[in-house]
Amino acid sequence: MQDSLTIARKKRKFVLPVTKLLPFLLPIILILFWQVSSTLGWLSSSVLPSPLAVLQDGIKLTQSGELPKNLSISLYRATVGLLIGGGVGFILGFINGMSKTCRLLFDSSIQMFRNIPHLALIPLIILWLGINESAKISLVAIGTMFPVYINTFHGISSVDPDLIEMGKSYELSKSQMFFKIIFPAALPQILVGIRYALGVMWTTLIVAETISASSGIGYMANNAEDFMDMETVILCIVVYAILGKISDLVAKSFESLLLEWQTTGRSNV
Amino acid sequence: MNKNSMIEIKNVNKMYQDLTALENVNLNINQGEFIALVGMSGGGKSTLLRLIAGLEKPTSGSITVGEDNSRSIMRMMFQEDRLLPWMNVLDNLSFGSKDKNTKAHAKELLDLVELGDYADHFPNQLSGGQKQRIALARALMTNPKVLLLDEPLGALDALTRRKMQDLILDVCQKQHLTTILVTHDVDEAARMADRIVVMKESTNYYEEDCPKNRNAGQIGIVADRVLNEILGEKEIQKQTA
Ligand SMILES: Nc1ncnc2c1ncn2[C@@H]1O[C@H](COP(=O)(O)OP(=O)(O)O)[C@@H](O)[C@H]1O
Ligand SMILES: [Mg+2]
Repeated sequence: MQDSLTIARKKRKFVLPVTKLLPFLLPIILILFWQVSSTLGWLSSSVLPSPLAVLQDGIKLTQSGELPKNLSISLYRATVGLLIGGGVGFILGFINGMSKTCRLLFDSSIQMFRNIPHLALIPLIILWLGINESAKISLVAIGTMFPVYINTFHGISSVDPDLIEMGKSYELSKSQMFFKIIFPAALPQILVGIRYALGVMWTTLIVAETISASSGIGYMANNAEDFMDMETVILCIVVYAILGKISDLVAKSFESLLLEWQTTGRSNV
Repeated sequence: MNKNSMIEIKNVNKMYQDLTALENVNLNINQGEFIALVGMSGGGKSTLLRLIAGLEKPTSGSITVGEDNSRSIMRMMFQEDRLLPWMNVLDNLSFGSKDKNTKAHAKELLDLVELGDYADHFPNQLSGGQKQRIALARALMTNPKVLLLDEPLGALDALTRRKMQDLILDVCQKQHLTTILVTHDVDEAARMADRIVVMKESTNYYEEDCPKNRNAGQIGIVADRVLNEILGEKEIQKQTA
């Protein structure tokens, strides 16, 4: 018994790192191949600069403070836009999910607006708000509002009526009913909406910053393009990829934290 | 209200738009009595239980429960366990109960339903029978005086079902609970109930008093009689009369 336990433990120690590293294998091979091709001159640096050159460019721009400055302004826009859009989407989803009157009043209008691609609003928003912060933030807010709205609304209105009846038999008050039953039951769906909104948030921001901005990662890329600065263009793309990956990881860990009950399967019984 | 009586149903009608779910129901249930409610599906059994539980109001007539008509003395159990999937077993038990010693009480009840080791499991880690036992334990958490059971064993296999029947009977006797069990299984009704009420075509009622300490043979006879009553055939009744 003692022996088999230690063996099992040893085995796990060896197995875990491999499975954790496996996803990184392909990107690493790709980057190595890319670097080798550049060094051997197969790839012209005007088409695709080498990974090392991009890295050096990144270090240079970090030291000069340009990258951190643009990165933080992009992060600021993304976060504020998401908070506003997600907040409004959640509130609308909440009231429409809870009240039939509100649903009849608002839902079809919201669905109509949803069908307008929010990026099509860029010219209008520039005309209204100029190219200052509020323009970019409102675009992100509009883009992220709908996925959060739809999923919150759907999550709340499709809570199992049996559970609601169960709550009624315990004479729960309206707020108890919401916090003890409706919200936790709708949470998985709401989180799906938030994760989707994170994707929309970055795409919206890239487009908005590329079209009209004097700061931000999208502006950096656009500006570098004007100077044919290939390293910085690639660097910006890589930064976007990393930001997207990080926000997805954050969303995922939120999910596994809040939805432990879904992942705790029968396996350990 | 009669001194011994726990639930008094008087001339109750229930309409859903133009559909009559219940028509002129009259039923008196004494304290500590175990009633089985049987009948064709769609006969209004669940509706009657919801009315008694106060989840809906009768269209006309009156239902009185206990002395002060308090709903908190009643607890329900359904065919579905209705456990909250995001709470572990212990939190599911504590759900809705307000007193301070909930944890200790919950542990006692888990032992009673023989699931003492499952306090930190989530519902999706349990079998159907285990979940129903947790649902029973949750119903007992608030020390109810009345238990309303809407086909709680309907989805269980025969063996688990039999064990649950004994567990429920045992609990109801020990805690002197007044119980209404809705079931489509006449044998279950004949085995468990003090009195069987057959609901037919929402107007007709037939009642069968079951003998105490019945043996398998008596259960079979009662079950046959009730089944024929449900199906509308009176042959067996005529023969035995
Ligand atoms: N909320 C409701 N709205 C409309 N009709 C209902 C509702 N609940 C029950 N009914 C109808 O009332 C009748 C009795 O239903 P029910 O009490 O569930 O029967 P049982 O439990 O005996 O199978 C059925 O015809 C059913 O369709
Ligand atoms: Mg029913």
